[in-house]
Amino acid sequence: MTASEVEALLRDIHDPEIPAVSIVDLGMVGQVTCQDDRVSVSLIPTFVGCPAQRLIAGQVKRRLEQQYPDVRVEVEFSLSPAWTSSRITDAGRKALKDSGIAPPGRDLDDVACPYCGQRDTVMQNLFASTSCRSLYYCRSCRNPFEAFKPIA
Amino acid sequence: MPWSIDQARQDPARRRLVAELLTQLADDDLIIGFRDQEWLGLAPHIEEDVAFGSIGQEEIGHAAHFYHLLEELGLGSADDLASLRPPQERRNSVLLEQPNGPGHYLEDPHFDWAWTIVRHYAHDVWEMTVLAGLEASALTPLADAARKILPEKRYHRAHQELWLKTMARHDDESRARLIRALLDLKEWWGDLAGFGDIAPELGRSHLLPSAAQLPDRFHREFRTFFAALEVDVPAAGDPRLNGRAGQHTEALTAALATLSEVYRLDPKAGW
Repeated sequence: MTASEVEALLRDIHDPEIPAVSIVDLGMVGQVTCQDDRVSVSLIPTFVGCPAQRLIAGQVKRRLEQQYPDVRVEVEFSLSPAWTSSRITDAGRKALKDSGIAPPGRDLDDVACPYCGQRDTVMQNLFASTSCRSLYYCRSCRNPFEAFKPIA
Repeated sequence: MPWSIDQARQDPARRRLVAELLTQLADDDLIIGFRDQEWLGLAPHIEEDVAFGSIGQEEIGHAAHFYHLLEELGLGSADDLASLRPPQERRNSVLLEQPNGPGHYLEDPHFDWAWTIVRHYAHDVWEMTVLAGLEASALTPLADAARKILPEKRYHRAHQELWLKTMARHDDESRARLIRALLDLKEWWGDLAGFGDIAPELGRSHLLPSAAQLPDRFHREFRTFFAALEVDVPAAGDPRLNGRAGQHTEALTAALATLSEVYRLDPKAGW
């Protein structure tokens, strides 16, 4: 059992509200510590009030217990380091875009339509289906879409 | 020297101070989050329903984080702290417990959107002022929480500012409603930008070293925003009731009864 082995397993775990992207690519996995009979994983919440946190922690715990039945698994949330948009990996950004969610830009105006790639977009609602996203409209291809909120 | 929660726990005076401050933060967020949720299905349009639902959810999420820190401090379980404490143990500002307007959310609601947004904005600016001060806190988990929650609060504030600008400029009626809502603040906001009895001790501690400057900083920022819209802000007089000292109105008793109704049915149930 090594930290990179554990991280590879966590690539199977997804935020239920963003099923296209693993929690590893979302940048939610912090420190992973492995000892002989113990593994502890620190998860970094994207948003403090995100209601999916407990569910994700449960999935992580179950996945690791299944893989390592003789090991004690500890999962905890940590705000240090704080999650920022830059924690999303390039693979994560691409997966977001492929599922119709614009990855976070530098600011709220820095948004390209995930469908047609044009930048002629307008924000319609700072808040959308989940805490981490805003609602936009693409004037070019006339699709509504969601964009990940930038958090610096 | 930075402190951990465990270190804060060992020193009784320090523990009391941390507990009081965390309770103020948690109780403010919980009750405003509850008032936000009462707008579900009633907000002015469907996108606003989504926005206000999200803001309320985040407020309650922030409250939960502060209650968990209280739990680590040994004050009881986070869920019990949120749901079972009587009104006299609550430390939220009386401003935030006031109803959204006449009527009840289930029956004949005549809620006031201008009042809701003005009151929420006052809360946002105060909480952000405190969080900015807490970034320098010696209590590491609280400094971490402040750094993480501040960028989320910026979105709440931007949302309220958009509505305030719209109300100030749209037409005579919207502007009149905004002005009336600001006048209504006068009665309730005396205790918002303050820490009650712990203020002197807070200022001397490393928990929130800038505590003494924060009320003035809040009022300056609040006034500056409305000055740009050419709208007057009433003075904040001495509070008639001070929520930071556990003084509250009947509105809080009723809100807590609703908020904790299901939890009280079976506090041992797993969620």
